[in-house]
Amino acid sequence: MALDNTPKRVFKVVGTRPPRPDGVDKVTGRALYGADVSAPGMLTAHILRSPHPHAAIVSIDTSAAEALEGVKAVVTAADFVRQDDGSLRDVLDNCMARDKVLYDGHALAAVAATTPDIAKAALKLIKVTYKALPHVTDVDAAMRADAPVVQEGRSLETVPDGMSQNVTSHCEFGHGDLAAGFAKADLVVERSFTTAATHQGYIEPHACLASMTADGKADLWCCTQGQYNVRTLCAAMLGMEASQLRVTASEIGGGFGGKTTVFIEPVALALSRKTGRPVKIVMSRDEVFKATGPTVSSSIDVKIGMTRDGRITAAEAHLRYSGGAFPCGTVDMGAQSAFASYDLSAVRTLGWNVLTNRPKEAAYRAPGAPQAIYAVESVVDELCQKLGLDPLDVRLMNAARKGTRSSYGPTFDDIGLIATLEAAKAHPHYVAPLATGQGRGLSAGFWFNFGGNTCVSLNVNTDGTVGITEGNPDIGGSRAAISQMAAEELGIPYDKIRTIIADTSSLGHNDVTDGSRVTFAVGLATIKAAQDAVAKMCSRAARIWGIDEEAVVWVDGAAMPAGPNAGKFPPMTLAEIAAVSFNTGGPIAGHFEFNADGAGVSFGVHLVDVEVDRETGATKVLRYTVFQDAGKAVHPSYVEGQMQGGAVQGIGWALNEEYIYGADGRLQNAGFLDYRVPVASDLPPIETVILEIPNPGHPYGVRGVGETPIVPPLAALSNAVSRAIGTRLNSLPMSPPRILKALSKG
Amino acid sequence: MVAVTIWGSLRRFTDGQGQVEVEASNFKELLDRLSQDYPGLKPQIERGVSLALDGRIYREAWFTEIGPQSEVVLMPYMAGG
Repeated sequence: MALDNTPKRVFKVVGTRPPRPDGVDKVTGRALYGADVSAPGMLTAHILRSPHPHAAIVSIDTSAAEALEGVKAVVTAADFVRQDDGSLRDVLDNCMARDKVLYDGHALAAVAATTPDIAKAALKLIKVTYKALPHVTDVDAAMRADAPVVQEGRSLETVPDGMSQNVTSHCEFGHGDLAAGFAKADLVVERSFTTAATHQGYIEPHACLASMTADGKADLWCCTQGQYNVRTLCAAMLGMEASQLRVTASEIGGGFGGKTTVFIEPVALALSRKTGRPVKIVMSRDEVFKATGPTVSSSIDVKIGMTRDGRITAAEAHLRYSGGAFPCGTVDMGAQSAFASYDLSAVRTLGWNVLTNRPKEAAYRAPGAPQAIYAVESVVDELCQKLGLDPLDVRLMNAARKGTRSSYGPTFDDIGLIATLEAAKAHPHYVAPLATGQGRGLSAGFWFNFGGNTCVSLNVNTDGTVGITEGNPDIGGSRAAISQMAAEELGIPYDKIRTIIADTSSLGHNDVTDGSRVTFAVGLATIKAAQDAVAKMCSRAARIWGIDEEAVVWVDGAAMPAGPNAGKFPPMTLAEIAAVSFNTGGPIAGHFEFNADGAGVSFGVHLVDVEVDRETGATKVLRYTVFQDAGKAVHPSYVEGQMQGGAVQGIGWALNEEYIYGADGRLQNAGFLDYRVPVASDLPPIETVILEIPNPGHPYGVRGVGETPIVPPLAALSNAVSRAIGTRLNSLPMSPPRILKALSKG
Repeated sequence: MVAVTIWGSLRRFTDGQGQVEVEASNFKELLDRLSQDYPGLKPQIERGVSLALDGRIYREAWFTEIGPQSEVVLMPYMAGG
């Protein structure tokens, strides 16, 4: 369902739901994913991983492995170029441990062999001498003064003196007088929360094929959210020039932020360089869980004061995030997002990033925001319960709006939170009756969105069709949306356009597919590239007609004289101009490159009904509705898919998903049998309500939509479960054992 | 002069001030001037920052013009998934 109350241009293609261009390939199994690429003479590689959560690498003896028949090469950290840049060094050290292993599953050697079995057998012949070190996997424990130090000397200048060396960064945001604000409150609630690390849970494991020739040129095929970033990282680690490494992104079986970096790609390249043969690596699911990015785990304190009529007088949050064994800045995003939905005169958030012996965090849709907003929205809900207030009315009363000084600093311009809340309040779901034992929860959510570096080429073919080359892997329907925007701008049918994803040698740099940026930024570049091509086509028509270029306009896919004074000529369609292009100056193409800004922030509100089985502790989701300020929905089916997908991932995060570490520091549930993601039978239909509040930063009003939907589900589910069982839960996931424990206490 | 709002944990490098004034007409000048006037900010600026200009967030864009009445907020570098 789409609510659309704002006047705007009349679209012909944008806003429709054409068939997805990747649909046939995907349903017939023809689409080529990362593991589907092969090459003659290819070797298979496997990676040796640490069984220790924390240990010094005293020595690595690879001689026996190298002597095994069929083994062609072994690499360790010594085969890569040591990096000066801290963040690049962290990525490399995560791909291949150098002096210490920092978590269970940390890679420290790799073998390329003629068969997978030989490569696996060779791993067992590598003799590693470890010196086990004390470990810490809990964020709060890691902040204590006596905690084992994961990495020394990594604290930034922002960390106050006297803190554990595991604290690598500190941030603070906010404004106003907290003490005065809390003094005005009729009720102050202060609670502590924890959230477990969760994995993005993409179905396709990481996979790549690397081929480097003796002259130092290399090709790399991989599943990634950003082939240009892969090139940048791998070229540095291998000591190559970027121009000598071509990276091609495969179709992608899910990423959600987790494929914005590299894990196996530089390893495959190093092995290919050493062997002179193509090398393929495909991660097992166990490896994906152990060694690729989960989210941060968190521990959060929230304190909010409210008057008896529902006005928030002051709000404070302390956030402690751990992104595993390497520094990360995710807590900055959480601390900025925590109270972004509220118009507050006194607000403060403080954040600390903490090292633990866990895998290096990778981004996961709206990184850092779901955890923070879960804690805040839980306390807001508890205040509403205790004061007997309607939780939607309270959010409407306190909602950020145009002119609000946001909790992270800037003043909001046009934003859609109030419209989104009002849509939720007007929806039948909000007033539907609940049975005994059922609970309804809601939460608002926020994400920034951004634009970024973008480059698009648009080629007009002589038969009147158009090819678009863009540089961002399609993780959410961008090929369709980009074709639609080009069709809209050019005035030709959608099915006359094909959009493809370029390799790194075929198009200028494009930032990673992240930050909900692609439909916004690549779409904007596509519109500009189409306008560039239109200008050239108008120029060609002008020359054919013998009139000034300025006297030609583009209307409904054809060049026309601008008015009676320009002359009387029949319109020339795109196809007619393209057909004679060789005679009028050569091929016609449009191009645009820029660093996009003006993405526009986004808000969502989620409403969920649940029923809790008091005997088993299992939660059943009965009804779920997502409301989101999505800007203009270019392809509404994809927008709805993003909203539904975020809700489902959030349901999993709230109810079941968690990284479970034993006292030995080892991950206990590295597989989908023990790491429980929601499946279709766990879920009701997820209803969606798109609010098309135009983004003033885009000519069609487009906003990013991919990340906001994962922000509200955690609190919405927690509030629903808490209301259903009559006891508030302050820890995620709300797995059956945790709910039974809460019930036994309650 | 442009008034720049600094996030809380950086105030220790601006003599405790939450807002500082610098002479700048675009982002590059602003960041250069901040690094020069408040050397404690330089490591953070070199690691990466975003800037919000009248509510609109920019991740890079050196040559974005700043008006004397503009609201300018220094923010951590945006990341996404």
